[in-house]
Amino acid sequence: MDHQEQRDGKLPSSEDDSERTLYPYVTGTSVLAIKYKDGILMVADMGGSYGSTLRYKSVERIKPIGKHSLLGASGELSDFQEILRYLDELILYDNMWDDGNSLGPKEVFNYLTRVMYNRRNKFNPLWNSLVLGGVKNGQKYLGMVSMIGVHFEDNHVATGFGNHLARPIFREEWHENMSFEDGVKLLEKCMKVLLYRDRSAVNKLQMAKITEEGVTTYKPYSLRTHWGYSAFENPTVGAEGSW
Amino acid sequence: MDLGLNEEHSMGTTIIGVTYNGGVVLGADSRTSTGMYVANRASDKITQLTDNVYVCRSGSAADSQIVSDYVRYFLHQHTIQLGQPATVKVAANLVRLLAYNNKNMLQTGLIVGGWDKYEGGKIYGIPLGGTIIEQPFAIGGSGSSYLYGFFDQAWKEGMTQEEAEQLVVKAVSLAIARDGASGGVVRTVTIDAEGVKRKFYPGDELPLWHEELQPQNSLLDILNASSPEPMNI
Repeated sequence: MDHQEQRDGKLPSSEDDSERTLYPYVTGTSVLAIKYKDGILMVADMGGSYGSTLRYKSVERIKPIGKHSLLGASGELSDFQEILRYLDELILYDNMWDDGNSLGPKEVFNYLTRVMYNRRNKFNPLWNSLVLGGVKNGQKYLGMVSMIGVHFEDNHVATGFGNHLARPIFREEWHENMSFEDGVKLLEKCMKVLLYRDRSAVNKLQMAKITEEGVTTYKPYSLRTHWGYSAFENPTVGAEGSW
Repeated sequence: MDLGLNEEHSMGTTIIGVTYNGGVVLGADSRTSTGMYVANRASDKITQLTDNVYVCRSGSAADSQIVSDYVRYFLHQHTIQLGQPATVKVAANLVRLLAYNNKNMLQTGLIVGGWDKYEGGKIYGIPLGGTIIEQPFAIGGSGSSYLYGFFDQAWKEGMTQEEAEQLVVKAVSLAIARDGASGGVVRTVTIDAEGVKRKFYPGDELPLWHEELQPQNSLLDILNASSPEPMNI
């Protein structure tokens, strides 16, 4: 008897709830990235939230891929870990050709797009928004793939809350050939806003850059926040009971 | 009043794993509930995977048991093939594999801890969804909600074995005080280069916290203590 028929004639579609990811459990928030003079700068906080609890505070959400790319992820951490395993295998096979060629950011990006889109078609998405940045042969590359396979390249990208809070700032202040210092300052400005306004943000940042020379991941650090406004100290002056 | 006696066995639970200078200490409470009823008040939630690796189980009792059983089986074969004890990392990754690939069906959070000759004492947390995360200490289960603040304050790097054990017992006992799904006794398993030691802290020997009173045998003893009866010589 056919496997299909054994299941009371039910076809494996939306009724097969055991075969789809329904919701994420441990999640990372925004990832931001920009193109600058020498390559790509990427930043993300090191938080892994479990619902509303800020459960893990030392999660690396940006990882180097091969020699030429950086991958940052927001969304479900277990799915990100699985994607890293897929990419490990991809890079391994690439290296085993031993032909002097190596997968560049464009190729890795395309691979990720296909993986994400195909999972979406099976109603079993990898619950992530991915940022892929890299440099190869002087060519800078920066792109984003969502959990449903929507993908695009741009000079500056952001995931999650960053879409709403960081991209407007990027649009105003990003320009071609930014120096490293200007790039870092721009990203930190956006991360600070996210720290103030994103509930799942955690004050421990991981900054990474990729240039023709390779990947540099900086040590985790925290940003100073500013609360010294008289309106903050006395918010209800003249309007007792308000907030 | 619905006691939910037909609900699945769940180990509400408080589970903890802590690394110290030379090994790990795993700790857990002992309550297993079916809805509101305590089905087992002396369960053992710290389960052996190999001689040197143990796992703390939380969430669905059935799911965590079956995952442990599978991993123990795989690790046994792996040890034979490898010719030496499995590493904690391998054990943890096997657990992750099952947890991740069956994420739609499983509802169990696990803490894998052990000692191997390459990395020493290590703790891996594997929450719902199948994320694997190596940590100097890990807490899990419903009772862990009450311990985030406690550990933020009390945890420090490089503790001794005694300090680590005391921390774990204190923490589980604090969680039991506030979490209805945790209770019973505190069990600890300490794993180091020398081997494994199990300890048992009965519920009536745990420290008392806010609004908890010293247990007595009977009201009568209290009354008699204040006005003792004359002795019959």
